[in-house]
Formats: sequence, structure tokens, C-alpha cells
Amino acid sequence: MISPRPITTATLDANEAVASVAYRLSELFVIYPITPSSPMGEWVDEWSSKSQKNLWDHVPEVVQMQSEGGAAGALHGALQSGSMASSFTASQGLLLMIPNLYKIAGELHPFALHVTARALATHALSIFGDHSDVMACRQTGCAMLCSGSVQEAQDFAVITHAATLATRVPFIHFFDGFRTSHEVAKIALLSDDDLRALVDDSHVDAFRSNALSPDRPSVRGTAQNPDVFFQAREACNPFYDRVAATVQSLFDEFASRTGRSYHLFDYEGHPEAEQVIIIMGSGGETASETSAWLNAKGGKTGVLRVRLYRPLDAAALLAALPKTAKKVAVLDRTKEPGALGEPLFLDVATALFEAGRNDVTLIGGRYGLGSKEFTPGMVRAVFEELKAAQPRRRFTVGINDDVTRLSLACEAEPDIEPKGTRRALFYGLGADGTVGANKNSIKIIGEGTELNAQGYFVYDSKKSGAMTISHLRFGPGAIRAPYLIDKAEFVAVHHFPFVEKMDVLGHAAAGATFLINVATPADKVWDRLPREVQERIIALKLELYAIDAYTVARAAGMGGQINTIMQTCFFALAGVLPRDEAIVAIKEAIRKTYGRKGEAVVAKNEAAVDAALAAMHRIEVPAAVTATVGRPPVVPPAAPEFVQRVTAVMLAGDGDTLPVSAFPPDGTFPVATARWEKRSIAQELPVWDPSLCIQCNKCVLVCPHSAIRAGVCPVADTQSAPESFLHTKLRSNDLPGYEYVIQVAPDDCTGCTLCYKVCPAKDKSDLSRKALMMAPADPRRDADRTAFDFFLTLPPAPAVLLQDTVKGTQFREPLFEFSGACAGCGETPYVKLLTQLYGDRLYVANATGCSSIYGGNLPTTPYTANSAGRGPAWSNSLFEDNAEYGLGMRAGVDQLAAQAWRLFDELSPVLPPALVAGLKAADQSADAGIAVARGLVVDLEAALASIEDPKAAQLAQLANYLVKKSVWIVGGDGWAYDIGFGGLDHVLASGRKINILVLDTEVYSNTGGQKSKSTPLGAVAKFSAAGKDTDKKDLALIAASYGNVYVARVAFGAKDSQTIQAFIEAEAHPGPSLIIAYSHCIAHGYSMANGLDQQKLAVETGSWPLFRHNPGRTAEGKAVTVLDSAAPKQPLSAYTRNELRFQALHRSDPERAKMLAGRAQEAVDRRFAHYQYLAGEGPAPADPKPMPAVKPTAVKPAPAPDKPTSTP
Amino acid sequence: MNLTTTYLGLKLANPLLPGASPMVDNMDTVRRLQDAGAPAFVMHSLFAEQIEGNAAAFDRHVGRWEESFAEASSMFPDTSDYALGPEEYLERLATIKRATGLPVIASLNGTKLGSWVDHARHIEKAGADALELNTYFLATQCSVTGADLETRLVEIAKAVRSAVNIPVAVKLSPFYTSVAHLAGWLEEEKIDGLVLFNRFFQPEIDLDSLEVRPHLDLSGSEDLRLRLRWLGLLRDQVSFNLSCSGGVQSADDVVKSLLAGADTVQTVAALLRRGPGELAVMLAGLRRWMEEHEYQDVHEMRGALSQRRCPDPEAYERGNYLRSLQLWRE
Repeated sequence: MISPRPITTATLDANEAVASVAYRLSELFVIYPITPSSPMGEWVDEWSSKSQKNLWDHVPEVVQMQSEGGAAGALHGALQSGSMASSFTASQGLLLMIPNLYKIAGELHPFALHVTARALATHALSIFGDHSDVMACRQTGCAMLCSGSVQEAQDFAVITHAATLATRVPFIHFFDGFRTSHEVAKIALLSDDDLRALVDDSHVDAFRSNALSPDRPSVRGTAQNPDVFFQAREACNPFYDRVAATVQSLFDEFASRTGRSYHLFDYEGHPEAEQVIIIMGSGGETASETSAWLNAKGGKTGVLRVRLYRPLDAAALLAALPKTAKKVAVLDRTKEPGALGEPLFLDVATALFEAGRNDVTLIGGRYGLGSKEFTPGMVRAVFEELKAAQPRRRFTVGINDDVTRLSLACEAEPDIEPKGTRRALFYGLGADGTVGANKNSIKIIGEGTELNAQGYFVYDSKKSGAMTISHLRFGPGAIRAPYLIDKAEFVAVHHFPFVEKMDVLGHAAAGATFLINVATPADKVWDRLPREVQERIIALKLELYAIDAYTVARAAGMGGQINTIMQTCFFALAGVLPRDEAIVAIKEAIRKTYGRKGEAVVAKNEAAVDAALAAMHRIEVPAAVTATVGRPPVVPPAAPEFVQRVTAVMLAGDGDTLPVSAFPPDGTFPVATARWEKRSIAQELPVWDPSLCIQCNKCVLVCPHSAIRAGVCPVADTQSAPESFLHTKLRSNDLPGYEYVIQVAPDDCTGCTLCYKVCPAKDKSDLSRKALMMAPADPRRDADRTAFDFFLTLPPAPAVLLQDTVKGTQFREPLFEFSGACAGCGETPYVKLLTQLYGDRLYVANATGCSSIYGGNLPTTPYTANSAGRGPAWSNSLFEDNAEYGLGMRAGVDQLAAQAWRLFDELSPVLPPALVAGLKAADQSADAGIAVARGLVVDLEAALASIEDPKAAQLAQLANYLVKKSVWIVGGDGWAYDIGFGGLDHVLASGRKINILVLDTEVYSNTGGQKSKSTPLGAVAKFSAAGKDTDKKDLALIAASYGNVYVARVAFGAKDSQTIQAFIEAEAHPGPSLIIAYSHCIAHGYSMANGLDQQKLAVETGSWPLFRHNPGRTAEGKAVTVLDSAAPKQPLSAYTRNELRFQALHRSDPERAKMLAGRAQEAVDRRFAHYQYLAGEGPAPADPKPMPAVKPTAVKPAPAPDKPTSTP
Repeated sequence: MNLTTTYLGLKLANPLLPGASPMVDNMDTVRRLQDAGAPAFVMHSLFAEQIEGNAAAFDRHVGRWEESFAEASSMFPDTSDYALGPEEYLERLATIKRATGLPVIASLNGTKLGSWVDHARHIEKAGADALELNTYFLATQCSVTGADLETRLVEIAKAVRSAVNIPVAVKLSPFYTSVAHLAGWLEEEKIDGLVLFNRFFQPEIDLDSLEVRPHLDLSGSEDLRLRLRWLGLLRDQVSFNLSCSGGVQSADDVVKSLLAGADTVQTVAALLRRGPGELAVMLAGLRRWMEEHEYQDVHEMRGALSQRRCPDPEAYERGNYLRSLQLWRE
């Protein structure tokens, strides 16, 4: 069908496309951020903050809630009151909405919920796509519509809103997380008129009329007894009966307007297909394209794509299935352990059975869990299986299941893409702007040419030194390839070390162009390539180009930003646009992207573009390999077996090849694997000058990556040390003859400079020199590596040094090292300290968020064990439940300890009296007593071995619980202040001996800077673009109000000794403790190198007063609250002026910024006065002046947006 | 009594201007200054370096985290909403003009030639009535000559002059080898006036932290004498406008400046110390002095004690140095 009018196209991702439709068709959004749906909420918030209007000329409001559960409740209320409310979510967030989804459906509220379908956390968290979450909602009563591409996601968004209004049945519209939500594609846009044509205003009127109103009162939400509930529940049936026909009629109307035709079930393939795959979501695109390719080779295959999954119209399904189809495979992107089959399979089976179609051989398989690739090769494997005489009834595809042997074998990937499609792969460094530039490139191609374009971006799990891989396709034909590129005609490596670490040419097509950014003269580039790379280049006859983009960037004043330079080279080499046109387009894109940042930034980028081509060189490829050295092994040979066999494969980017048997079935992974991943990402390393060092160990405390360490050893031990191992006489009267060492781990340091910044030891004659100075990494890395290896052989520091001071704690071994946290992270020093103090007896319940990602995102694990094999037992359950999870750990441990002590008491008469007395008397409040107890437990186990009583065996199993355990609940402010607050409050009220550490960045860091209730007044954050106008919640005071809770507010960059003291007091406190730890963060908008200075300023200005509230002090007759920071010495602005989160508003709305800054100062003063009062240092505070409500203003009065869909 | 004067082509009710300072950031202060008799406003400088630095820092510390992690494509709301250019400054300028109806003289401190010109154009477009170029080139390298520095300054002034149609003044620092030569050169290049002189942060050594930090004290009357000397010396050699800036603390200082040769007198420290109302006090003092000394028009005062017209011309020159020392000894 041909479109009756010109089509406007745009190149964008599904999140933006769907959000645009939802925005125009809603008047209220109640949201909570969750990957990968967060961008949709952010889009509508942005449009709302710019006062853009919906279809009815109204600016929708966006309300951020404390959790998806809260959002669902608020949505229900909004719908009840007659407001067209919508939302976006995924995964656990969708699960938290389920109770209200039942209510919303049960009351027949029209409601559109857009879901980026994502895996549910089971044996592990996965932020990636599958249908586990939506499948958990199929019983709620919501209709479910599934789209499979960016175009469909936009189109089905309007169908969803129109259909829910027309039918009164709430709709879940879902599409594949990341694969569709984050894929950038050229699509035909829906205009406001398109939306108007599909949404019937009379349905809106009907919805309003049905709202609860005191002007025509009725009640909803009654309780019903056995006499009527059942009948009443069945009363909604006619509404469901009408859904399928309504959706099809909307599809038809849509087709007549747009030319894009959809059905409840869309069949593509051979009209007399013998083998058919039934599938939902983006996998349908791949399946259809592969089927067409097979049919062109004489196959008789087809694909039936399910659009409306609930209510399932069996008749329509069967009607769409060719009568010739005798073999049908249903593919589900979810797993239902123990079921006869996955949900879609069971539905199809029922439909066929009821239709008497027992002529069909039906099989069911799982694919694509957690965004596992689903490729043409896998589709072919399914069709091959169907062809078999006895196809497997149940299978998986896409993995190698060598345990239960369910998986289908897949041969080499066929290249099914239409001729003329060009494919390009880019390996970039997270911070180098590669992804942003590639998004621009797709737009340039998609919007500046007739070509179609697609972009998809893969990120690794590290937050510092991360790798990004961009997959770009463009070509004259439709691009229906929602899978990664297998054969690329263009491969660019934007960061040379990747060449040495992984097989970057594994997906290069024969004759492809290979571009490398390398700081080597052109005539030396070939010699720098490892043997494997040279071999590939020659074998595949690649054209090799090189550029020293970092030098070009530096010359243009752009630091490490090489994105536009590499983009220019790409256009020059790829030939998709004439070179000159491409350069003009790149410059236009630069102006769009950077225009608001000022002429200087634009000019720098333009200069870089102009310089790029001159700096790019074609490298002659010799006929034969000349390199003698290959890529080094991913992990050293000394790594443990599991690391060699599993971790190393993941590190090499080949995790897809690992079989099922490689993995623990219950999600348990070994600790201490981060140490085997040598990332060498620091450009500069700290260099220690022993002659200047005052041996304070502050550098060790502040290091976010445990990459600088303090140690001691007898002088004699240094005899065998390598030359690069520096040491100096230990300043201690307790240990004469000992040497002191500060040692850097050169491959693990990120070069954040915090250690250099904190170093107080200066050269008296040259005050610019400190005991730690930063120096270029490359020349010294080898020597430092040797020294660090030697350092690791040193014995632990003697106990006499391990005092509870900054210095003493930093002689203790960190049991958390080399995490993937951001360079300069403000959270990890606290986590590290926790493991130094209590790591050998520590349980950590970790809320989902940054700390669970750097704490436990594979491939590697930063938690480790000491030489005795003891270390933190760490676990992440979910986001919302962490306090309860930790309480459960505590209760569980207490139970085991209680049983151990009971058994111990019962067996005491037959145990050696000295052992019994010793264990009972051991003071386990400190390390010394713990060590004594541990020794006695060893004796106990020996003694129990000879006791025949069955209780002895029971006690032997539990004996370790006689040694005290330390249970800590750890998480960020998003968890503690918002989603997990109910549970946290309950734990505080429990009176249990349990510790809580809140790593407070004052914003949702992991999901990208959304406001939390910890966000300070005046700060800008997502969902608070006009500056937060309410004060930060005082979690400390709330906790203190319980009376028996130990509370501390700490900031290690401001007063490290107070931080240490707080940790020790918290652990010693017999009841619940709460430490709220100031954590500087990249979301604050300044260089993390200044994190410690900002911590100081936060304290000195009163923004972050330090205090400890220790109920134990009452017994000593002292004030319970101790204020550890002096009255503010400087105005709040001395702190806020350095951070973009506060300064941004001064740019966009100076009047409001000043007003909020004034109120923030008042709030800070008031809070400090209150603390002074609590600490007995000041008068009772006056009642606070009521804060006037502040009307949020638009960030900017609707500027002309760059993005076509930004004008709903 | 006539206090009106013409400065940079602007007809002003009196010659006493609130000088470049953060006072213009507060509209209440602006209105109080107007009430006190301010005939025009001089904005504080638009520092291109700061704007460009902010933009670069923004790019470095915010932009670099964008598109790096799967879960967070950015860490801030759409950053294009937070203007990093001179918008805030330009809006402020327009607001003051709108609210007071008085002329506004903008001030600009650029970096490279291009940035001076670009920002000058923005400022003109925003409605500024005149522009003060706040120049400060410190020759910190052995390789840079005084002539290099002067040439650079004049090049910038020329470029800005030809880029905009509003009058342009140059605010000089006193650290040029030949201030008089430079002044003459600038006049030749059609610059409309000079502001004497700039005051800058000078480094201070913090004995506690053992760091060197920039430091700025408000000016005092002792700062005025340097200005008086150069006003007196230049008044007879150039005919474009001269404005005195730095050290004007009282009505007497205003009188001295005018007598030495200033067309206008700018004051900041006195207003910061004693509030915007001080402007009215100083104006009243000026009137009183004129009455007492039977001056009817400020134009009569302008340069009445310039070097050529003062009873002892040598007092402005080097002899002054020796004499001062002798006086000190006595």
C-alpha cells in the first residue's frame, strides 16, 4: 500500500519515538526510573519542563515517585480521578506494579503502559532484554501488544493509547529492552494529525464521565463476599471480547493513513510454508528475514508474528497460520522453570488443540534471554530442527547447553542481509565520545540521504575505562536486522590497546577497511600490530588506515575527545556521502550538538574535523606477517582455573561461546577475580617519594580502587626486593627495624589523582612537590608492576600497627579491590574501609545500584579474601528490598549463632574447661578477641571430632558462628531515601544489631542522575530540571528519633578520622546503626579530582554537617549527639558554585536559581542550628518558617528543538 | 549648575558612574543606584575565558560520561537547556536597560581575537549603548616584548571597533611602558575613549596553607593618585574621552578626577562599602564643591588641572618622584 501523503522521517531510538507518542496522548506521567525504560521518562520530563503541549493543547505533568509500586498506586489514583495517565517501566519495576495493574484492569481504566521488556533478576541481575517481566503480567487483565522494531514501537504506541480508550481495557505495550528501545533507526514519523485521526475524543469524554467525582458520587473498591465476587469478576468479559476487533480496526485505520499495515498476527513467508516459527518482538524481524532468505533458496518456511498477545484471538492466530504448516516452532523469550512449555507455546498449543489441528507437530524453544543475540543462524537452526523427522519437543537456541543438552546446534552465520547494506563496527572508549558521534553519523546518513540507517551500541560493565562497540548499518533497502554485525565492511578501533586485548577483526568482512587510532608514526604502525591482527589483515585483504587522533585532538584543544576526528575519517573512508558533503554535515551536527556550549567548543571541534584527514594515513600492508609477538594472554597463567576457563573468556569478549556447564547453577561466583583483569587504563600514575612521605596513609584511604597500598616489612625482607620497590624506615617506636612502603598497582590504578590530592607531605623547598606526584604511566608501568608483585608477597602488617586510626586501618588488607567504579568514585573508599575493618567476618546485603554494579557485575568480582581465606560474603537481592534482605541475613546468622552457643553450652561438660572458659570470655568486640575466639574454635573443632554425641557433629558444622559476624546493609540514596525507605525504617525500628551504610550521592547515579529525596534544595537533576525546590530529607534525624539507633553523618574527604570513628562506633553499637556517607559523584558535574575539596567545602559550608548520634553515650552521662564539624565558615555558595548541578540553574533561570540558593542557605543554617541544639551547643531552634510552595518554572520557554519528535 | 556630560557619545546627567562591579546583578541595587543619581551603568565584565572555560569543563566533566554506560546515557537533564554562552549576561544587560531606561555600558574581557569580536557583536545586539574593553595582558614571558603586547591590544581594539557600531572604550592597565603612546595610538585607531585604570587580583601568599592565591582588596583613595597623574598627562595629548576608575572614594576624589581631565568618574568601592546611596552623597558633595568654588558647569572643570594647565607641570612628571621622597624625609 502506498502512503497517501509525504512521509516525514527521522532517525531516533524507540524510547524517544514511543515517548513522543505517549506525551502527545497523555496529560500526566507518573514514573520511576528503571533501565532500559528510563529515557522515555526523561524525554517526557524534558518536554514538560519546556512547556511543550500535548494533543489537547495542555502541558502534561511528570511526577517522579519513590518506586514503581508507588508510581502504580499514583497512576491508579490519577486514572480514577479521570486523568489520562501513562507510564514507562521494565523488569522488577513492572513486577512492583502488578498489584495495581490488577486493580486498574479490574476497574476497567483506560491506561497505556509502555514497557521495555527486560529480564527479571533470578540467579543474577540482568539489565538486558527478554520477556520475563511482561510474561509475569499476562494474568493481570491488561491487554498486551508487542512491537518488534523502532517503527513498530512508535506505531503501536498510538494503537495502544487509542485502543485502551476505545476498549477501557488497560494496555501494556512492550518492545525488546535495548534491542529495540535503544536501537537508532530511520523511521516514518507520526504527525499530530495521525494521532488525532486515531484517538477518538468521544472515548476521552467517556473516560472523564466515568471518573470518580463528588459531583456525581459513586464508590469503587468495595469488598465483596462469596455470594457475588465471582459473578462480578465475570462482568468485564464483554470488554475483553471486543479488544481484538478494536485493535484490528485501529490497525486498519492506521494502515489507511500511513500505508503501514499490521494485524493481530502477521504472517510473512511462503504461502504454502511447511515449517513455521511463531514469535513475538524483535526476533520476528530476524526470523522473517531469514525465512525469506531460506525461501529464496527453495525453502518452504514462514514466520507468524504475534502482535496482540492478550487477549489472544485464537481464531485470528489460526487464520493467519498457513494451512500447509505441518511443523510449527513457538519461540519464547522467557523461561518458566517446571512448566510444560513457555507461555506463548502453551497458548499456541491450546489454540491448535481446540481447533483439532493434531496434524501439526508443535515444538517450543527459548531464545534470547537477557539480550542474548538472536541471529539468522539460530533461526535457520530452528527451521532445520523442524525439518527433522522427530524434532525436539523442547529446545533452546543461541547457547551451548552441554548440561541438559537442550540447545540446537547452529552453523556459521549466513549473510542474509540485502546486497548494498554497508556495515561498520567501531570500538570506542567510554569517555571518547564514539557513541555520540556515531549517533550523529546515523542521523547524518538517515536524514541527509535516501539511505536507511540503523545504529546499535554495546557497552561493557565498567564505569571507568569502559569499552563501547557501535554497530552501524546503512543501505538503500529496509534494514531488518536486530542483531549485531557479523561481517563489517568497515572496522574502526578508536583506542589502540583494544587491538592488543581482543579480536577486533573477528567480525571484519573480506576486503574491509580497517582504521586504527594509534600514537605511532605511519611507517611504524604495521610493526606495532600483534601477530594475530597482522594475520587477519593479510588473510582478509583489509585496507589499513591509521591516525594519531589523540594528537590531532590535543592540537585542536579537545583533550581526549577524538570523536569528531574519527567520524570524519569514517565518512572519508566509507564513501557513503561525498567527502565534502560529509564534512559539511559533520560540522552541522557539531553545531547542533555543541552550539549551546559556545563558539569556542564548536570551533575546536571544527578545527579537529579539518585536521583529521591530513593526519590519516594509508598503511601499506606487507605480503607476509612480520610480527613475532602475539596478543598477550587475557589473564596471566597464575590465575586460578575458573578464571582461566570462564572469566578470561568473558574478558576477551567471547562469553557467548561459554557452555552452560561453565556456570554455577545458582549464581554463586568465586571472589577475588578482579585482580586478574589488568586494565592498565591510567594515563598517569602516582609516584611515591619516600624521602618526603610522612607515613600518614591518607592516600591509601582515599583510593577508590585499592590501587595504592601501605605496607611494612622487616628490613631483611627488602634484600630480595626488585630495584623499583621503594621503601623507607618505618616511623614507629613499636617496630624498630621495619621498613615502610607505599605501593601503586599500576595496572589497576585509574589515574584519578585523589591520592595525589590528599597527600599532605610537601617538599619544604619546593612546595609544588609532594610525596606523591603524578607521572606518565607508560614509562614506569613495567617497573611498578614488578614492585607491586613483590609488595603482594609481604606478610600482613603486625597487629601493633593496626590501630583504629586512619593510619592503622590503612595497614589492613582491603578485601575489595580494583572494582569497575568510575575513576575518582566517592563511594568505594567507604566500601573498602568497611572490608578493611570487618571484611573477614562481614556480610553485605547490597542494594541494586552503582555499588551492586561495581561490586558484582561480571566478568570480574572485586570482593576478595584474605590469606586465611576469609572475606566478605556479599550479595545483591533487589533494589527495593535491601534493608529487609540484610535483616534476614542478620536474623539467619543470629539463629545459627544461637544454636551454636546452645550446643556449646550443652556440650560444655565434655569439652576442655579452659576451652569453654576461653571462648566465653573472649572479648569479640575487637580484632584481638576475634582472633582468640577463632583460635579456640579451631581447638573446639578438634575436640568435637572425638566426641560421639550427635550434637558434637551439629556443633562442628556451626562452630564458626561462635565467632562474631558483622552484618552491613549497603546501598545508595535512591534505595535508602526512596524505594527502600519503608524497609530501612523497619530495620531501624527492629532494635537488632545491624549496620546500615548509605553511600549518599544525593541522586540516582546508576540510572543517570534522576533526583532522589536526598537531592539538595536548588540542585538540578533529571525530574528536577528547574532545580529541586524542596529540602533534602534528613534521614539522619529521622533515624535518630528512634532513640536507640546509632547515626553518623560522615565525609571522608572532610574529616577522615571521624569516618573511621563512626564505622567503629557503629559496629560496637548493640542496636541498629546508620552511617550516611557523603559520596562525590560524576552526577554532580565537576572533575572527580576535586572530590575531596568539595567534600571539605560541603562540610565547611554546613551543607553536610558531620555528626554522630550515639545512644551509648547516655550511660556515660554525655550528650548523645556530637557535632563533629564547626559552624559554617563560608556561605553555601562557596561549595555550590563548583558543581554543575547547582550552577546549571544559574544559567537557565538565574532568578529562580538565586531564590533557591537563598532558601538553601536558610535550610542549611536552620539544620546546623538544630544539630547544635541536639549537641547541647545551641539554643532550641525556633519553629522553622514554612517554606512557600514554589511553582516549578519551565527550564526554557520551549526553544526550537533539534529533534523532530521533540515537538509533540 | 550643569552636571551633564557626554561620554562615549552618550549624554549623561552627571559624570559619576557606578563602575564595573557585581552590583548590576541585583536589580534592587540597580534601582537604588538609579535613585541615587546614576546617569548610566557600567556592567561588570563578560569574561570570555570563563564562558569558554565553563563550556570546556562542562564538556570534559559532563559530556565525557554521556553514552558510556548501558544504564545511563547521560547524567544530567538535557544540557542544551543550560546556556553556557553569554546569555545570562546579555539578558541582564537588557533587563537593566528596560528597567531603568538609562544607558548601559557593557564590559568585555575576551581571549582570542575571534572571541572579542564575537562577544562584542552579541553585546551590541543585546542593546548595549557602549562597550568597554577590559584588557589585561601581562607580559609573563621573556620572549614577549612590550611592543608585542601593545600591538596585540590595538589589533583587538581595532577589530572590535570595526565589528560594532556602538562607541568603544579601552580600559587599560597601568603597566604599559608608554601609556601615552598607547593612548595616542588607540585614538588614531578611532577608539572612543580610555578608562584609567584596571585593577586586578594580585597574588597573595597564604602562610597557613602555603599556597599562592589571587587576592583583591577594594580600592582606597591612595589608588587614585596613579589615575590622576595619567589623566593629567593624557588630557592635553588626546581628545577622546577619559574616564577615571579606581580609588574614587569621595566627592573630593570626583572633583580631583575631573580637574585632572576625566570626562567621567567611575566608583565602586565606596558604593560597596557604604551602599548605593553613597552615589547621591558624592554627587551632593560635587555640587557643593562647585558652588563653593563657583563652577557652573562640569565642563569648566574638565582638565582644569591637567599637566599643561596646572601651575606646576613638573609635578606630573618624574620630578614628582624625587620631591616626594624629599618630602618624606622632611
